[in-house]
Amino acid sequence: MRRILSVLLENEAGALSRVVGLFAQRNYNIETLTVAPTEDQTLSRLTLTTHGDDREIEQITKQLNKLIEVVKLVDLTEGSHVERELMLVKIRTSNSQRAEIKRTADIFRGQIVDVTGSTYTIQLTGTKDKLDAFIGALADAVIMEVVRSGSSGLSRGEKVLAI
Amino acid sequence: MERISGADAVIRSLQEEGVEVIFGYPGGAVLHIYDALFRQNQVRHILTRHEQAATHMADGYARSTGRPGVVLVTSGPGATNAITGIATAYMDSIPMIVLSGQVQSHLIGTDSFQETDMVGISRPIVKHSFLLKKAEDIATAIKKAFVIATSGRPGPVVIDIPKDITSPTDLIDFEYPDTVDIRSYNPASKGHSGQIRKAISMVMEAERPIIYAGGGVIQGEGCQLLTRLTRTLGYPITNTLMGLGAFPGTDPQFLGMLGMHGTYEANMAMHHSDLILAIGARFDDRVTNTVSLFCPTAKIVHVDVDPASISKNVAVDVPIVGDVTQVLEEMNQLVDAQISERTEGQKSALADWWSQIEGWRGQECLKIIREESDKQIKPQEAVQAAYEVSGGGAYVTSDVGQHQMFAALYHPFDEPRKWINSGGLGTMGFGLPAAMGVQMAYPDEQVICITGEGSIQMNIQELSTCLQYSLPIKIINVNNQALGMVKQWQDMQYEGRHAHSYMESLPDFVALVEAYGHVGFRIESVDDLEPVMKEAFALKDRLVFLDILVDPEEHVYPMAVSPNGAMRDMWLRKGVRT
Ligand SMILES: Cc1ncc(C[n+]2csc(CCOP(=O)(O)OP(=O)(O)O)c2C)c(N)n1
Ligand SMILES: [Mg+2]
Repeated sequence: MRRILSVLLENEAGALSRVVGLFAQRNYNIETLTVAPTEDQTLSRLTLTTHGDDREIEQITKQLNKLIEVVKLVDLTEGSHVERELMLVKIRTSNSQRAEIKRTADIFRGQIVDVTGSTYTIQLTGTKDKLDAFIGALADAVIMEVVRSGSSGLSRGEKVLAI
Repeated sequence: MERISGADAVIRSLQEEGVEVIFGYPGGAVLHIYDALFRQNQVRHILTRHEQAATHMADGYARSTGRPGVVLVTSGPGATNAITGIATAYMDSIPMIVLSGQVQSHLIGTDSFQETDMVGISRPIVKHSFLLKKAEDIATAIKKAFVIATSGRPGPVVIDIPKDITSPTDLIDFEYPDTVDIRSYNPASKGHSGQIRKAISMVMEAERPIIYAGGGVIQGEGCQLLTRLTRTLGYPITNTLMGLGAFPGTDPQFLGMLGMHGTYEANMAMHHSDLILAIGARFDDRVTNTVSLFCPTAKIVHVDVDPASISKNVAVDVPIVGDVTQVLEEMNQLVDAQISERTEGQKSALADWWSQIEGWRGQECLKIIREESDKQIKPQEAVQAAYEVSGGGAYVTSDVGQHQMFAALYHPFDEPRKWINSGGLGTMGFGLPAAMGVQMAYPDEQVICITGEGSIQMNIQELSTCLQYSLPIKIINVNNQALGMVKQWQDMQYEGRHAHSYMESLPDFVALVEAYGHVGFRIESVDDLEPVMKEAFALKDRLVFLDILVDPEEHVYPMAVSPNGAMRDMWLRKGVRT
């Protein structure tokens, strides 16, 4: 099962390498990883998506918690949550395709953020599934480049991950 | 406020921590620190002959005293040489502080002379590490390192110190903190009382119970409480390789070690039990054999300070995360209050269980089989003789191989911290330096190193250090002229094809140790074993090396049947299995 782990990490040199190293060392997979400082400059917030059964995820969260620099963590997939990922797609557009591609982008609430005579760059945000679906819908177009941010997320409602 | 250099701050911090001895080897990046060491006489420095040995010495010191071992090495090769010892300590959860020199800050990342990314290289084998940026951080980092290394599940901590921040000309204000706040580090302390009650009610109702205790009980100083609990309950107990001595080895309730080379009775009792009370043990693969076949009828209570150890390999019924002493205290109180309520039915179930166990014991799985006329020494007899001659109260370190298992099986330990070996990593070369660390901590105690002719050669240069510091260790070289444990596996699984498990061209060990300035004896006949050993042990102030030629064909039994074996599946003798 796919899980989204959200981690508060000391914003210190070397902390991220410990998290990444742990996954490599213990043979856990990382699908996506995003990290940036929070409003509190001493903390980074890291979102990590991975796959595993309950037992594996329990081990991963326990091992993460053992890292000294991990302040707190939550498995967002345990409750209702908001998940967002940003994607930029550069597409080669022939004249005949341009209108069709624009329509598809509109359906997915994508925005065209750069245009040249032969390309569109479309920006899209949403869940992983939505972004995957958009790529699928572009099947006939020539995709030149895709860049995705990896998922970020937080719990719905009052629940927060904070110190 | 004192104004001192970074180098002095390092040594002052160690003084503040009450460190009495450190083990190390100098080099360019730590010269300022060595100079600071030279200008004081509170912290004693032991000059080893190899950085790996320095880490094992610190490790032996830590295992025998419970206090963290401290190591000082230079950058680059000094740091990489320390790696094996750090990994050894990590696998067995030993508190250790490793101070490594680093090149000057401005040279980091430039492939400068003797530069290596120590924090990176050691990352998977440390509990935590620090790369210091400025002299002002030294005291706090060292304080944090000691807190982290010694609390919760202990482990090694590396502090990498760039040379420039130790410069004698740059002075800083020095004040050693009494406490440090590490907001993200809160090791579990108190086990959940509800869980403890639940566990004890299962323990009291069990009909075929067994207590399975490991090194965590020793590390957590819970041995007396464990012994009391076990005696009040009257239950059988087994210890892991790391837990030997946690419960008195000569007590009739003790079934011996369990696991791959565990006794028949310990492994059978585990397999057939209906309740396992696991304390400070981690269901390691060397214990469980095939996990899916592990103890099919047992409910499991697991007490450990590390939440990640619980249900990692084997799913447990009642997890208790907490400090072993506190949990055992609560358990003892509950058992004391409930023991008189035990019904006749429960008492007779326990008696039946014990009679079944006595039946297994009757197999005498450790019996040494020898022809009366045969004068060749069995390796087990070498261990037994050391036990007899030393009176049984000595500190015993071992290396890795058959001799290690023979030591664990044939030398009972009645007290904790007396048996010192590399269990998790299985590091050949550990035994001698570990013994040296123990002897440093306890100059007046008897320290024995049980080793093999393979292992001893992995740190034999430390005989020189032993002379320098007058360490009267007794080295029992169980010389089977082979990498015995490797050869045993080749006998059992590769039809006796001994690929590189022979040690050809062995040195003349007696001549070698004499060259190092020590005393050596070679023993070849069983008749000489005890007399010569007595002579050796009588040389109280000398290191004596006993090169004991033993039967090269001997295997360690019992031995778990694998793959696809359960704990009850064992080889008992050559060609004989359960
Ligand atoms: C550093 C290291 N290298 C290799 C091994 C693998 N190994 C385990 S036991 C053993 C043989 C040890 O030989 P010896 O010290 O003579 O002990 P014996 O088994 O003969 O008693 C070897 C090579 C190890 N444990 N450690
Ligand atoms: Mg050997």
